[in-house]
Amino acid sequence: MTRFTLDGREIPFRPGQTIIEAALAAGIYIPHLCWHPRFPPHGSCKLCTVKVNGRLCSACTFPTAEGQEVVSDSDELRRLRRRLTQMLFVEGNHFCPSCEKSGQCELQALGYYLGMTDSHYPHFYPRRDIDASHPEVLLDRDRCIFCELCVRASRAEGKNVFELAGRGIHTRLVVDSPTGRLGDSALEAGDLAARICPVGAIVLRDTAFRVPIGRRKYDRRTIAEVSIEEERPLLGEGNG
Amino acid sequence: MTERRYRHLETAENPGNLRRVAIDPVTRVEGHGKVTLLLDEAGHVRQARLHIVEFRGFEKFIQGRPYWEVPVLVQRLCGICPVSHLLAGAKAVDRLVGVETLPPAAEKLRRLLHYGQVLQSHALHFFHLASPDLLFGFDSTPEKRNVLALLCSDRFRDIVLEGIQLRKFGQEVIRAVIGKRIHGTGPIPGGMNKHLDAADRDRLAPQLDEVLRWARNGLELVRALYLANADHHRRFAVIRSHFLALVTGDGGHELYDGRIRVRGDDGRILFDGLRDRDYTGYIHEQVKAWSYMKFPYLAALGPEEGWYRVGPLARINTCNFIDTPEAEAARREFLRLDGGLPVQASLAYHWARMIEILHCAEKIRDLLADPDLYAGDLETRGSRCHEGVGVIEAPRGVLIHHYRIDDDGLVTKANLIVSTTHNNTAMNEAIRQVAAEYLDGRRLTEALLNRIEIAIRAYDPCLSCATHAIGKMPLVVDLATAAGETLQRLVRHGDGTVAAA
Repeated sequence: MTRFTLDGREIPFRPGQTIIEAALAAGIYIPHLCWHPRFPPHGSCKLCTVKVNGRLCSACTFPTAEGQEVVSDSDELRRLRRRLTQMLFVEGNHFCPSCEKSGQCELQALGYYLGMTDSHYPHFYPRRDIDASHPEVLLDRDRCIFCELCVRASRAEGKNVFELAGRGIHTRLVVDSPTGRLGDSALEAGDLAARICPVGAIVLRDTAFRVPIGRRKYDRRTIAEVSIEEERPLLGEGNG
Repeated sequence: MTERRYRHLETAENPGNLRRVAIDPVTRVEGHGKVTLLLDEAGHVRQARLHIVEFRGFEKFIQGRPYWEVPVLVQRLCGICPVSHLLAGAKAVDRLVGVETLPPAAEKLRRLLHYGQVLQSHALHFFHLASPDLLFGFDSTPEKRNVLALLCSDRFRDIVLEGIQLRKFGQEVIRAVIGKRIHGTGPIPGGMNKHLDAADRDRLAPQLDEVLRWARNGLELVRALYLANADHHRRFAVIRSHFLALVTGDGGHELYDGRIRVRGDDGRILFDGLRDRDYTGYIHEQVKAWSYMKFPYLAALGPEEGWYRVGPLARINTCNFIDTPEAEAARREFLRLDGGLPVQASLAYHWARMIEILHCAEKIRDLLADPDLYAGDLETRGSRCHEGVGVIEAPRGVLIHHYRIDDDGLVTKANLIVSTTHNNTAMNEAIRQVAAEYLDGRRLTEALLNRIEIAIRAYDPCLSCATHAIGKMPLVVDLATAAGETLQRLVRHGDGTVAAA
């Protein structure tokens, strides 16, 4: 089997695997938000940035190659990822104290994992619309990080309910329905697109605060441990 | 009929010519406030006011949020008794989902949570904030008037440590029910999210003998302090008012759910059996240009006669009985103070507070032994509606949360009347009494000014909770010359319009 090195450790890989896939298969977590083992990589959040032979690359899109030297766990990259996470926090309206996703949110868990203790940058406080028209699903755009996991999931389900519109700071999550409202779309609560959101932007109604503190996903495990336990078994299931 | 003997001190006729003395900030209370006194050349007090200087906007910024998020969001109003807002919000949300009666497990879990928080909040208020004045004396040096100095004193260390441990126990009860001591999650629409863990019971229950002993000691301390100087305590900051509180169906002391009763200053029951959801019919609010805090009153009696007090003193004065034996015995003794009439002294609040600590400890003991906490349905559902009111007795008194939602379940309107707001007129009347009776005509010293703060502290105000309105307060801006002559006045009215006056 061919190998590359990750933080000095030899990692085996299969041809066609990306760095993040090979690392996770070997039980090594590389931080990420927009990547999911069941869907093609998106390469937008940049949290998985690693150094490949000295150059910064996204581990979710960069293919493995024999003899590559990859660095993921360094002070420099941890600082960089922390800055990126802080930018994600200030770009939206992420109020963890009252957010029903708190304790089960990947963005929050990543903030803890990376040692983020403040938001560093000034908050944008963008004005974004909330869409509560669906009887079973709430779309709170305040919390959207534009990872497009819902877009990819809905596309894979043949519904294309979600899409990103606009560019740059004006980017927004839009809904494909006659009125633009979620309640008039084809989305159903059982769809993966309604359940895959890593943050609190798309949540199922009637689930808020039902999991007691202490039993929430990230109360006792870090995001790294959860990723290895829950995402590793999914490797190879999708298009990745 | 209530008396407002010191009403003339609310607004001086010629403020421009008077000397201004400010107590800013008022210390050892929750939140930020200040007191201003205006005195003439002879040192006579012409005006005394309690101002709230914070400005927040919870009622505004929960608009547009989903209703199920509201209780967790509004509990951030406060770090001392967030559970009150969590529970009042949760009760309003129960109504929004059409639930009137929770399953026994859920209601008892909420009650346990509430008893834990009333116990900890009362203990915090008395031992950490108020007791230095009472134990060291009103005239003690400011350096001594704090909980650390009490802990350093041989005389008071043990009793204050007991108070601190009482609070810790209350906090641990809260953590057992909602996962965190401050700002946890537990209530969901129509229920609770978990039973009590047996492990938590096994940790808490063995402490109760000691907790009850601490509560008895605290009660005895306050009782002895009060009676040792009974004449002074009866006179200091005494005002006459009606009292408003929740009671059970048979008139018993109640903290979580009941009907509103008003007992007049003469002991007669003026109103009884009022439904919480009808509060807009019997409680109106007056706004005054000089305060961010509104002045509620009983609509039937008008703002002059209809003001009232809430909180521990109101609850003990208003109920017919307390359903736990030790607290009931303490209530009976307390009511003998004024021959069975409602006790009016502001400092009697502390005594009433300690009776409630004992009551909460007894209730927690009984509830931990109740099998309903550990099994059974945790939630129920009804038909969703567009309006919900939740009322509880917070540690500081009646707390009202009122929400309206649209068809999608997003909040369109919110109104919160917090305990401290109910006591606004009373606190102002109390400081006017102290200013008139103890400060008037005298050279002002730190110790004299502290008496004003002592009167305010008796009410255990949470000023940060009480200031939450946005865009509703009339505001007056005066442009004045150095000599005090007003050149121009701009007024913003309650409806937001601005005009020259």
